[in-house]
Amino acid sequence: MPALINLIPVDTKIDFMKRRVPALILSVVLVLGAITSLAVQHLNFGIDFSGGILVEARMPEEPDMADLRARLNTLGLGAVSLTHIGDDARDVMIRVQQPDDTTEEQENAALEAIQGVLDAGVDYRRVELVGPKVGGELIEAGIWAVSLSILAIVLYIWFRFEWQFAIGAMVALIHDVVVTLGVFSVLRLEFDLTTVAALLTLAGYSINDTVVVYDRVREKLRKYKRMPLVDLLNLALNRTLSRTILTSITTLVAVVALLAFGGEVLRNFSAALAFGIIIGTYSTIYVAVPILVYFDLRREAIAGEDSEKEEATGGAASGSDTPAAPMIEGADGFVPSPEPEADDGDDSAPSGGTGARSATTRAGNAGKRKPKGRGSRGARR
Amino acid sequence: MLYFAKWKIGLILAICLAGLFFSVPNALRGQADGLPSWWQPVTLGLDLQGGSYLLLEVETDAVVREQLEALVESARAELREARIRYVGLGVEAGAAVVTIPDAGQRTEAARLLRGLDSGGTDLTEGAEGRFSLTFQEQALIERRTQAVEQSIEIVRRRVDETGTREPTIQRQGDSRIIVELPGVDDPQRIKALIGRTAKLNFHLLDERVSPEDLAAGQMPPGTTVLPAAENNTDGPPRYAVRKRVEVSGDRLVDAQPNFQDNQPVVSFRFDTAGGQRFGRVTQGAVGQNLAIVLDGAVISAPVIREPILGGSGIISGSFSVQETQDLALLLRAGALPAPLTVLEERTVGPGLGADSIEAGALASLLGLLLVIVFMLATYGLFGAMAVVALVLNLFLLLGALSLLGATLTLPGIAGIVLTMGMAVDANVLIFERMREEARNGRTLMNCIETGFRQAFKAIVDANVTTLVAAALLFYFGSGPVKGFAVTLSIGVLASMFTAVMVTRLMVVVWLRRSRAKALPI
Repeated sequence: MPALINLIPVDTKIDFMKRRVPALILSVVLVLGAITSLAVQHLNFGIDFSGGILVEARMPEEPDMADLRARLNTLGLGAVSLTHIGDDARDVMIRVQQPDDTTEEQENAALEAIQGVLDAGVDYRRVELVGPKVGGELIEAGIWAVSLSILAIVLYIWFRFEWQFAIGAMVALIHDVVVTLGVFSVLRLEFDLTTVAALLTLAGYSINDTVVVYDRVREKLRKYKRMPLVDLLNLALNRTLSRTILTSITTLVAVVALLAFGGEVLRNFSAALAFGIIIGTYSTIYVAVPILVYFDLRREAIAGEDSEKEEATGGAASGSDTPAAPMIEGADGFVPSPEPEADDGDDSAPSGGTGARSATTRAGNAGKRKPKGRGSRGARR
Repeated sequence: MLYFAKWKIGLILAICLAGLFFSVPNALRGQADGLPSWWQPVTLGLDLQGGSYLLLEVETDAVVREQLEALVESARAELREARIRYVGLGVEAGAAVVTIPDAGQRTEAARLLRGLDSGGTDLTEGAEGRFSLTFQEQALIERRTQAVEQSIEIVRRRVDETGTREPTIQRQGDSRIIVELPGVDDPQRIKALIGRTAKLNFHLLDERVSPEDLAAGQMPPGTTVLPAAENNTDGPPRYAVRKRVEVSGDRLVDAQPNFQDNQPVVSFRFDTAGGQRFGRVTQGAVGQNLAIVLDGAVISAPVIREPILGGSGIISGSFSVQETQDLALLLRAGALPAPLTVLEERTVGPGLGADSIEAGALASLLGLLLVIVFMLATYGLFGAMAVVALVLNLFLLLGALSLLGATLTLPGIAGIVLTMGMAVDANVLIFERMREEARNGRTLMNCIETGFRQAFKAIVDANVTTLVAAALLFYFGSGPVKGFAVTLSIGVLASMFTAVMVTRLMVVVWLRRSRAKALPI
């Protein structure tokens, strides 16, 4: 059964890197815009962070909003907002944001007063009260969570790749988080605890995307030692493009289902994720990868792998039983076009007696070689 | 790579079957009570099943202040008994202070003051016989810890008395208590019950104080003004009460709502020691007023007509039946050592909870369907394998959550939906790699082999980063957000297993059966 459709063009040769300067300018503009908006109109904190009261109630019958508002205002609780919520006309949402110096006792009393105003027979669907102390702590915990997870992710990348990749990933992550925050600020979307969860998730998603491309960049770096870096990055991006798009689509499809049908409570969360997936995909292609050009990536990364490279090439060349793939990597004068894709002989160790044996020999000989697990894997099978 | 040992196949199948097995109770949610405790459906968070979450803080400062005041009262008694003249006895800036004017009596006074609180206090002597007594750091910590632990115990007793099903009460941090009440959609009564200190004390009124002095607030030492309680409508608004506690409510062993002359009252009974003490006090004070003080307000101050020797009595006031029930409950459960403040409350009614489950289920099914269609359309047969892996992944996730007793929250459902989108990522990576290898003219075996092996590194790196984010989310998040972190982590782990192991197994079986020569994607 063949694939029914082929959404993604194969063997693309898009010159992403040609657009890297305009793209970087766009990113800088986005980030600056986000920071400006955050500085000028801040975030629209939900009560999780600002402290306050939220009551979502289903009234026995459709309420007279003006009358209800008037009665709530007589309580003298500060900024009280009353809105309809959801599809049922009987559902109202009351939000109270009290001044910063409100004590927990006053807040609890305010909640009681509100519940006194709503008549009996009201079905409380949601009641939330967050004291000022807790609100402040939650902001702090949120900032810690986001910063530490960026740090932890960056450390992991550094450990698995080279430092240039770690910096690229960090810039991309900060870009994603700041721009998403900016969108929340510009659109005045409510920012609460679940939004922080969404931010962390999108950090995980965005880095996921970035890692896949970086992995390919590293692979190509080892393979094509002489290819100009820009061409090599283009090659890696094009090779992973179909996967990048496919995964973004499946995830986005799932998140849009959540956005459309997940209900009121998850709306901001899904919105942040949906936006985050788009910005995360963009940042992988136009921030995380292009930024590698500006570091002295090539020489250093290869310096670390040189010995392995030579040994590996030798071993694979003698032991390889893949007839269709000519060994061209490392050859002088290689044309930096993505085609034809060469056999990645350095670590392919194809199944079969010779391959396995050669892998064993290679692993045994590779004195200075960094253990990567590939050789031994080949040997086991 | 393309060979599977028999035991490995067995293990993979066993894990999948276990996932299915532990998911089954979720379909039998209605009869969950009849199922063994290790075979239960996943626990629903308060945001899904409805319920109330309260975060309370024990005001431990109040305990310390109170104990300092107790220290002052015993100092007063001791100094008086030893006939040592003192001035300026009181609490100042976290210390009990007193000045002994007569230099000759200072050594004796210091000895007395040191012995007041069985250790744990520091005595410093300042200029002109001014002594100050403070609690040692260690003693303070102990007292605070004790107050929090005691509070938890008492909150638990009170909540249990209300008949709430399966409440969770646990300590958070130094001085906080988390109370989770599933199924409670209006926690006002419970909040009121939990929030009250319910400290009951019996004091004598100070008859020496004239109504004028009372009005002016001029009190002799050792006497204080207390207001009337809300339901004390018959008596005066203020009372001059001797500070000394004659009998304290700690000595109560039982309290019940009752009726006297058709009025709702609370009857109580002391333990033996309390009963004897109560008898002695009432014997020595016939004709005087005994004030019944609850949380610093006088409920009533009846005249003692005769010694009360039976160890039981009655508290009357303008109570409603509900109030006597609550008061009796509070007295039975015991007093809180310190006031509690509600820092945070989150209540979800059963209606919204049910709506959320419905919305979550709809979004999940729709998301699943869209992803399935997409995978089938893009990868045909291999797409079908990925779909099987995805469905297995969901069962594994659900089974693991059920087995671990994890809590499923609304953000957790979002985590599941997100997992579905991301779970196929591993398969997409593998399949795309295979396609690529095929375009390079590799043999079928070679494509499949390389596809799995090359993609695996990227899959691991990509998923570990997601796990890192999820772990921090779990550490810093609270309630529903923690639930999200748990689902996301288990989902990622399960997806690595299904996408890599299970799909590979399916591909290998297919390869053997079909003897295909070309990649079908």
